[in-house]
Amino acid sequence: MTAGAIDPSGTRAEAAATPARVPGQPTRFQRSQSWVLGTVAVVIVLAIWEVATTVLQLMPGFILPAPSTIASRIAGLVVSGDFWHDMAVSGQEFAVGFGIAIVVGLLLGLFMGWFQPIQYLVDPFVNFLNSTPRIALAPLFIIWFGIGIWSKVAIVFFGAVFPVLITTISGVKNLDRSLLRAGRAFGANNAQLFTTVALPGAVPYILSGLRLGIAHALTGVVVGEFIAANAGVGLLMVRAAQTYDTATVFAGVVIVAALGLLLTALLAALERRFQAWKPTGP
Amino acid sequence: MTTVSAQTSFDRPRAHERGQVALRAEGVHIHYWLERDRSAFLAVDGIDVEIAEGEFVVIVGPSGCGKTTFLDAVGGLHAISSGKLELYGEPIRKPGPDRAIVFQQPSLFPWQTVRGNVGYGLRLAGKRSKAEIAQIVDRHVELVGLAKFGNAYPGELSGGMQQRANLARALAADPQMLLLDEPFSALDAQTRDVMQEELLRIWSVSRKTALFITHDIKEAVFLADRVLVMSARPGRIAEIIPIDIPRPRTGEVKRSAAFLEYEERIQRLLEATR
Repeated sequence: MTAGAIDPSGTRAEAAATPARVPGQPTRFQRSQSWVLGTVAVVIVLAIWEVATTVLQLMPGFILPAPSTIASRIAGLVVSGDFWHDMAVSGQEFAVGFGIAIVVGLLLGLFMGWFQPIQYLVDPFVNFLNSTPRIALAPLFIIWFGIGIWSKVAIVFFGAVFPVLITTISGVKNLDRSLLRAGRAFGANNAQLFTTVALPGAVPYILSGLRLGIAHALTGVVVGEFIAANAGVGLLMVRAAQTYDTATVFAGVVIVAALGLLLTALLAALERRFQAWKPTGP
Repeated sequence: MTTVSAQTSFDRPRAHERGQVALRAEGVHIHYWLERDRSAFLAVDGIDVEIAEGEFVVIVGPSGCGKTTFLDAVGGLHAISSGKLELYGEPIRKPGPDRAIVFQQPSLFPWQTVRGNVGYGLRLAGKRSKAEIAQIVDRHVELVGLAKFGNAYPGELSGGMQQRANLARALAADPQMLLLDEPFSALDAQTRDVMQEELLRIWSVSRKTALFITHDIKEAVFLADRVLVMSARPGRIAEIIPIDIPRPRTGEVKRSAAFLEYEERIQRLLEATR
């Protein structure tokens, strides 16, 4: 073999030919493995489910409807006007409640993390409320705010604010001391230290708080509407359940899950935007 | 002049010492709080030294001798308990743009690019326009040999490159005094040698007054105009040794007889003060 051989003068006769595959280089299948295997698994489970319910009829439809029935129910909902009203109401509850939770959680968290005495003042309340199962407060919110959207906004807010608040506090608390020292050494005053070191340093924590918050907020919307509401996807589901319209209940589950996935994907995009600086690991 | 330390009288007159005194420490004592023992610990027990403008002074000493504490005090990060610590006659009370520190740890802001980090001090000061800052940043990024990596994030750089960026960040702030806290101690031996030569090259361009902390004797002799040898417990200057090796110095110097003699002398001093 001549390629890559070293000639007597000590220089390479010609560049070594790159082999078709280098150790460590993933095959095309390995690259798309997670995607392909995930899809295959879902398709297989859906197929078994479909066969078991429609062909073998192992279970009555009001216990476990077929995937095809659920799909056609979703299609039916999507073309109906009522459904979009429910979506709009649930969407508002989510957006307003989660929005307020982000603003309050972030601001309070940054202040509590930065100014120790403020944390000492607020900590007892945070600890108490955070260890209460927040959904237990739902009846109270319905008494206070009625069965319109505001009781659900309150439930969503209380569900989502603590994850955001607590992760923001730990983001500020766990700042790299050496970076704070560097900032101070370059003459940063407290306000500058806060904006140039504390805030960007806490971003990864804040983002994971938002991720947790989304899950809590979605739970808040649906469960809040189960308890008392005059519109919304949760109400749609609880009404369907009362009439054994199990396919519609499943349709609601699928829609809420899809929204959760969508929001998490949006957050992931935001994370990539903010964490371009994170060295990419394996 | 009042009671300048007797130790400085060992020095022969040197060109740079005819210049102005940049840093003056007189009877500096520094305590810090040890929460574990609930008591104050005397880290620096009376340091007297004068550092002239443009001089490169290295403090060498065992770990725990208070050398970093002293540097922190000069940086304004740690208050002194008694004595005088002045930069150009002004008592040092807090950090300021007239001093810049190059830290031992990778203390670059990971969310900013190399250029962003290098411009940090200038942006804080807020005295220059964006275009001016960009120009100064470019010049310093180039000076430390990172021209190709200006837009890289610190996480993408090797340890040596990170310390280059750290150095550029300190120099770009255009301080009157450069404080270096064991900047190369985390690097591997070969990179450290390269960085020492690079530091001298870069320093010869700016001729900033420099105070450098290390526990590496070779490093101290190679870089310094004067080496301050510190003893631990109490943290005091055991001796001040002027290094009469002509500049510019290259790695070759480290094998010269004079160099080895200095090295041995400091080694003995450190052993004696243990």
